[in-house]
Amino acid sequence: MASIRLSVPETASKGEVIELKALIQHPMESGYRRGPRGEEIARDIITQFECIYDGEVVFSAAYGPGISANPFVTFHTRATQSGTLLFKWTDQDGQTWSDTAELTVT
Amino acid sequence: MIRISIFALLILAACGGAPKGENTSNDTSPDEIQSGFEFLTPETQALQTDAFANPGYLWVDRGDALFKTIEGVSQACVSCHQNGLPGIAATFPKVSASTGALLNLEGQINSCRTSHQDAPPFAYESQALLSLTAFVANQSSGVPLNVETSGQAADYVEQGRNYFYTRRGQFNLSCAQCHNESWGRKLRGDTISQGHGNGFPAYRLEWQKLGSLQRRLHDCDTGVRAQPLPYGSETYIAVELYLAARAAGLPMESPAVRR
Repeated sequence: MASIRLSVPETASKGEVIELKALIQHPMESGYRRGPRGEEIARDIITQFECIYDGEVVFSAAYGPGISANPFVTFHTRATQSGTLLFKWTDQDGQTWSDTAELTVT
Repeated sequence: MIRISIFALLILAACGGAPKGENTSNDTSPDEIQSGFEFLTPETQALQTDAFANPGYLWVDRGDALFKTIEGVSQACVSCHQNGLPGIAATFPKVSASTGALLNLEGQINSCRTSHQDAPPFAYESQALLSLTAFVANQSSGVPLNVETSGQAADYVEQGRNYFYTRRGQFNLSCAQCHNESWGRKLRGDTISQGHGNGFPAYRLEWQKLGSLQRRLHDCDTGVRAQPLPYGSETYIAVELYLAARAAGLPMESPAVRR
């Protein structure tokens, strides 16, 4: 279970640019490190982040091994209509984590 | 009060058989205590005070969920602690009234699990134990540290104090030499803090995750090239108690962000 934190305004006026923030708990192990006994630590990273607003991808990012643990992303979008914002992370093996937030546009 | 009781201990140490370890007759603790927060860069301070971006809250959120999850027989933590545990973490470590053993917050949570929930204890530094500890500690955020240092606890305070003042490791350094005598000075790029544990469990940028105060002690011991003690050892809990007594009155900040 990955812990996810989202910051989405509850309401926005039509056409307003809103700030969205998302944080997920993940080790983002780069694969370049070694453990205390010299053993390689296998790579374990999230490779894709997407924000889907009312069925449309409004923001996406490709993550590499240089991204820190527990990646935090802030971005903006324009409020067009009331709907659901889906935040989705996909790791290197295709495992996904997601959470949603409702936005009411007035 | 705490300062008085430490002073009383000093007199005891001077009159009676002085405990092992050097420098026990001189208390070199800072005159004015300052949280580790004061020694951070403005950027790291901002990360801690941002209630959304502070990554420590990922563990607090998870601990919140675990607090309400039924474990073992048929009870969740919340079944007994309906109003949460505000202010409780500021009184730990404390001597258990039933067993007489010194328990830190992690130990108390595991003791609750085994005695009330009939569930196996969580491993030290496991995500579950860290999350629950962070959730409980966060409920004491802003509450001044206030541990019991008299009665049965007095011996443990002394034990922790001895550890703090004893030189160890290849570098032959004691905790006091950095955190009492050299705080505010530079250790490579870092400013040495006074070594208070009021922000723990804390998110350390070096760890890229949340960790307990014992993990911090572990790292300090490794840093002076001493053999660290195992997690959960009584001596480390006694050090936690001494540190809390030494920082009495300092508000808790968990989950703090530290370097």
